[in-house]
Amino acid sequence: MSLSPDDVRKIARLARLQLDEVEVEPTLVTLNRTLALVEQMQSADTTGIEPMAHAQAVSLRLRPDAVTEHDARDALMANAPAAEKGLFLVPKVIE
Amino acid sequence: MSAAPATVAALAADLAAGKVSAVELATGALKRAEASTLNAFITLDPDRTLAEARAADALRASGKAGPLTGVPFAQKDIFCAEGWRTTAGSKMLGDFVAPYDATVVARGKAAGLVTIGRANMDEFAMGSSNENSAFGAVRNPWDMARVPGGSSGGSAAAVAAGIVPAATGTDTGGSIRQPASFCGITGIKPTYGVVSRYGMIAYASSLDQGGPMARTAQDCALLLNAMAGFDERDATSLQRAPEDYARDLERPLDGLRIGVPTGWLGDGVAPDVRAAVEDGLAQLETLGARRVEVSLPHAQYAIAAYYVIAPAEASSNLSRYDGVRYGHRAAQYTDLAEMYAKSRAEGFGAEVRRRILVGTYVLSAGYYDAYYLKAQQVRRLIAQDFAAAFEACDVIAGPVAPTVAYKLGEKTADPVQMYLGDVFTTLVNLAGLPALSAPCGFGEAGMPVGLQLIGDYFAEARLLNVAHRLQQATDHHLKTPPDASVAAAGGAA
Repeated sequence: MSLSPDDVRKIARLARLQLDEVEVEPTLVTLNRTLALVEQMQSADTTGIEPMAHAQAVSLRLRPDAVTEHDARDALMANAPAAEKGLFLVPKVIE
Repeated sequence: MSAAPATVAALAADLAAGKVSAVELATGALKRAEASTLNAFITLDPDRTLAEARAADALRASGKAGPLTGVPFAQKDIFCAEGWRTTAGSKMLGDFVAPYDATVVARGKAAGLVTIGRANMDEFAMGSSNENSAFGAVRNPWDMARVPGGSSGGSAAAVAAGIVPAATGTDTGGSIRQPASFCGITGIKPTYGVVSRYGMIAYASSLDQGGPMARTAQDCALLLNAMAGFDERDATSLQRAPEDYARDLERPLDGLRIGVPTGWLGDGVAPDVRAAVEDGLAQLETLGARRVEVSLPHAQYAIAAYYVIAPAEASSNLSRYDGVRYGHRAAQYTDLAEMYAKSRAEGFGAEVRRRILVGTYVLSAGYYDAYYLKAQQVRRLIAQDFAAAFEACDVIAGPVAPTVAYKLGEKTADPVQMYLGDVFTTLVNLAGLPALSAPCGFGEAGMPVGLQLIGDYFAEARLLNVAHRLQQATDHHLKTPPDASVAAAGGAA
């Protein structure tokens, strides 16, 4: 399976990564090389094999539905690229 | 060749005996870190370090010191530590100051360990050479023209050079073991779920596991005692009784069955690495172990499965970096969509962008079954191979990497070439098993070679036992880099 330049543009759009037109070709080459490497696993016979998502066969714990975190609003907001009155600022999204 | 820098165990004894203070040790380590040209640290903050050291000395004065109180160490820059800049080696987090402590950090504080600095690493732990750091490559103290390995390259270089006696690392596909091998130190990746991932910046969550790196297996055991344990804040942390990872260190190796997988010492390994690993195996046989051949027939598919599963999880984990709540935001944009796309393109380096794209593709509609599902099936086949192998042996041994540390720039042009170097490490993460690297000799140009020991689930104490016995019979782990000015070493403080 080989990708086309349009595939690469589409993947970049899905990944929310700006990809300049000059980067499409080199990106295509490395992605195709990586996918060729990955393709090797297609020759493994996986008939009837249950997919393994996790190293240990344990089910996720439930926790009591209670507040456990302290208020760290100031420390959290301090890392915001743009903030005002305790709110995160983003470009206008509704015209 | 300078005298071997003091071990964690030796420093802990000196601290307990009152021969040295935490402040003295921290001051010495800071001096070495500042003088070093390895680029092993992203951030040094002497005020914070000395405050931690004074707290450790105060704890000891009050009679409440633990076994490691006052011991200096380097923290991989992937563990959030309140008040410290925490970058994960990325421009994306270049100004990020962690608002809370990772569990590993909190446990280190509780033990009284003193943070000398934040160790350099491949960006978001994606890389095998530490050349993917936004803060510049780290150099290997054994040869400044070579890589230290990755992604925990700063941690490995700082320990090998004698700047600190220990460091934390994380291992998603080999990132503790391979730099430990390349720099001639000892490092263990525990069973998945043994060390909490809370506050450890995520790369591939089903594979990521933190662990210690130090000069000796004994030091790794002491550090793992401080790092490991159940954590309710990590959904995949395992609920188990606490254990002493040093309990079996002195156990004799008589009758130990060491499984060497078929083909692992063949043409896929450089002759110098093969010779050193064979030496290590022969040494273990002298100590009473018996060598048996085991088969891991699906190991050949591990790199392929890893480079689907890890990028898939990474593309999901790294979607949080959008330039809104924290992290890099582009200076100019016209709307929200462009702000996301430009912030991410600018904030992430080339390898991280590549893995996000691969992950996005393999998870996209129509390709999920052919890639992600298939990789998860292969993952189970690999885990089943290990289960069968452990019927016939107690530990599995082999190389960590096919070669010794290579030259800076040698593999940067072709990422796939670099991926192929992970052939002996990724399968362990896929299965979730514990494994370590311990020095077993030297290869081409005097570069160190590590022996990989892989154990069944929760066999950390046994692995550390085998490595400890090897280190009692050999002195590879005590050798220090020839250039003393590079090593910046020579003595306890």
